[in-house]
Amino acid sequence: MSKLLTVNELCTSFFTKFGEVKAVDHVSFELDKGEVLAIVGESGSGKSVTSMSIMGLVAKGGKIISGEIIFEDEDLAKKSEKELSKIRGKEIAMIFQDPMTCLNPVFTIGNQMEEVLKIHQKQLSKKERHAKMVEMLEKVGLANPLERLKQYPHELSGGMRQRIMIAMSLLCNPKLLIADEPTTALDVTIQAQIVDLMRDLKDEFNTAIILITHDLGVVAGIADKVAVMYAGEIVEEAKVDDLYYHPLHPYTWGLLKALPRLDMKENELRPIPGSTPDLLLERKGCPFFDRCEYAMECCKEHRPDKFVKENGHSVKCWRYHEDFKEVE
Amino acid sequence: MFKYILKRIALSIVIVFVIATITFFLCHAIPGGPFDREKPLNPTILENLNKKYNLDKPLGEQYIDYMVDVAKLDLGPSYYYTNQTVNDFIERCFPVSFLLGVCAMLVAVVLGIPAGIISALKQNGWQDNILKILTTILVSLPNFVIASGLMYILGYKLELLPVALWGTPQQMIMPVLALSAYPLSYITKMMKSSMLEVMSSDYIRTARSKGVSKFMVTYKHALKNAILPVITVMGPMFAGIITGSLVVEKIFAIPGLGQQFTEAIFNRDYTMIMGLTIFYSILLISSILIVDIVYAIVDPRIKLGKEKVE
Ligand SMILES: Nc1ncnc2c1ncn2[C@@H]1O[C@H](COP(=O)(O)OP(=O)(O)OP(=O)(O)O)[C@@H](O)[C@H]1O
Ligand SMILES: [Mg+2]
Repeated sequence: MSKLLTVNELCTSFFTKFGEVKAVDHVSFELDKGEVLAIVGESGSGKSVTSMSIMGLVAKGGKIISGEIIFEDEDLAKKSEKELSKIRGKEIAMIFQDPMTCLNPVFTIGNQMEEVLKIHQKQLSKKERHAKMVEMLEKVGLANPLERLKQYPHELSGGMRQRIMIAMSLLCNPKLLIADEPTTALDVTIQAQIVDLMRDLKDEFNTAIILITHDLGVVAGIADKVAVMYAGEIVEEAKVDDLYYHPLHPYTWGLLKALPRLDMKENELRPIPGSTPDLLLERKGCPFFDRCEYAMECCKEHRPDKFVKENGHSVKCWRYHEDFKEVE
Repeated sequence: MFKYILKRIALSIVIVFVIATITFFLCHAIPGGPFDREKPLNPTILENLNKKYNLDKPLGEQYIDYMVDVAKLDLGPSYYYTNQTVNDFIERCFPVSFLLGVCAMLVAVVLGIPAGIISALKQNGWQDNILKILTTILVSLPNFVIASGLMYILGYKLELLPVALWGTPQQMIMPVLALSAYPLSYITKMMKSSMLEVMSSDYIRTARSKGVSKFMVTYKHALKNAILPVITVMGPMFAGIITGSLVVEKIFAIPGLGQQFTEAIFNRDYTMIMGLTIFYSILLISSILIVDIVYAIVDPRIKLGKEKVE
């Protein structure tokens, strides 16, 4: 069976007055139907640009330079704006980080939700549209759906708005949902509720999800696979358990150490020293070279290849080259 | 909302009352009287005149009389034109100024909003560059310069339009253009920056990700948000056009209220000065109130009488 989504060597750059910013650099991954892929990484690592590239909505000044985005056997990177707008919201839907600003303040919830159905499901009558919206709002756990439809975004809390965003994104039963940090802007308790909700809905609708986050804690609860992004590249990808219990890349080690745990003492949290490289500069070696405790001579000059283990666990680091031997 | 509007109207009345008081005492603090001429009048005539207009009474009494009249919407007789009241002048001249102002405002809004949208959508394109140059020139030229320029080119050189007076549509074109130049450029610039800001907002990205077409995103989602700040400036702007039309009225010899106002000052026609000041302040206050009401209708986040949520 072919994959739902195959991203192949995707490169997206922004052309600024200072030069080319390689925000996404030869990124590849695959996704099956109903599968959840989490993309984690620091701020600025290119997670959002990857997802906007899939949507065909890269911001002004940015462009997909090369690579393929095969969704249901068709290359989205080659599609026209018109063809893409038929896929957006219907086959691939998206929710965003800040629910406070993601809904249009001057239209009612009902108006904004109905718009999706009016665009993609023209055969529905007004009554059917209404019924569908109410049903969806109930599914995401909102009380008084009839009243909600008449309300404006400012009359609702952040958690409620994110539920509405989720309801709106699932109206057309999309095959893929891209959630770009859906919980980052919310309170911790609400975060957990939203993650639970997404997991339940995924099981019910069999929607594949790309979940973008920089919170490894959120990942464990919902994802099947995890990709770790660093400076525009995916440096490691594995099943959730493999990544947590057998992380391979030194950057992932750092990420996991930086994760707070209950049994930790106060000053045990260890942030990764240094900062992400300047994407404007031409890189020769490994992007993590400057910050890596284990860096070797070859890492400076040569970009690491991708090494894949039998269980599918892949990593871009010279430590996994067959000639590598740890020296005591 | 209804209650709030009533409250605002009551407050407006108080403000008008205060303005009337200030103007009254300022006018009486200026040295010289309304009947001072180059050649002094015969003292008996002056005495009779003062008696006729109640100017011989103590100031406090005059003030109370005047305020009572104002409350009855009677702005008193003109001191300069015999047998004519200030109300007569307003009735005769204001419609002219109002028509001129409304036309100028319409031109500014009808051209300025689309121009601002085009400028934003084609940012740094040739359309935007042309508009940038035009609006910068028009904003920095005073309207009497524009009026004279128009008169010289369209009226004198090309002989396309009549250079003065008021009545026919042809006579209206030049004054309206001269008066609308500044507000037009202002609205264009404002609409552009507002549109640019809205187009990069999160909810526009959401709309695009739902599959809404570029056209609908611009004209449904963005426009209604982008126009809000423009609406807020429209009230003061309209009042500014009306009160600021005096120079243009003078240049084109238009028998409007602005011209009347300037003359009243030269003629030391105190009741006229006071009356027109009060009239203009009522105009300004009501246009701001109307804009606030329109704003509350367009923006659901504004509930009149309550604090803005968030
Ligand atoms: N509109 C833009 N113009 C120029 N550069 C951009 C633009 N948008 C993103 N970039 C660059 O692309 C890189 C990746 O940005 P991206 O938004 O994908 O990061 P992210 O991983 O989503 O970070 P965050 O966790 O903060 O959301 C950034 O380093 C940024 O400099
Ligand atoms: Mg992001």
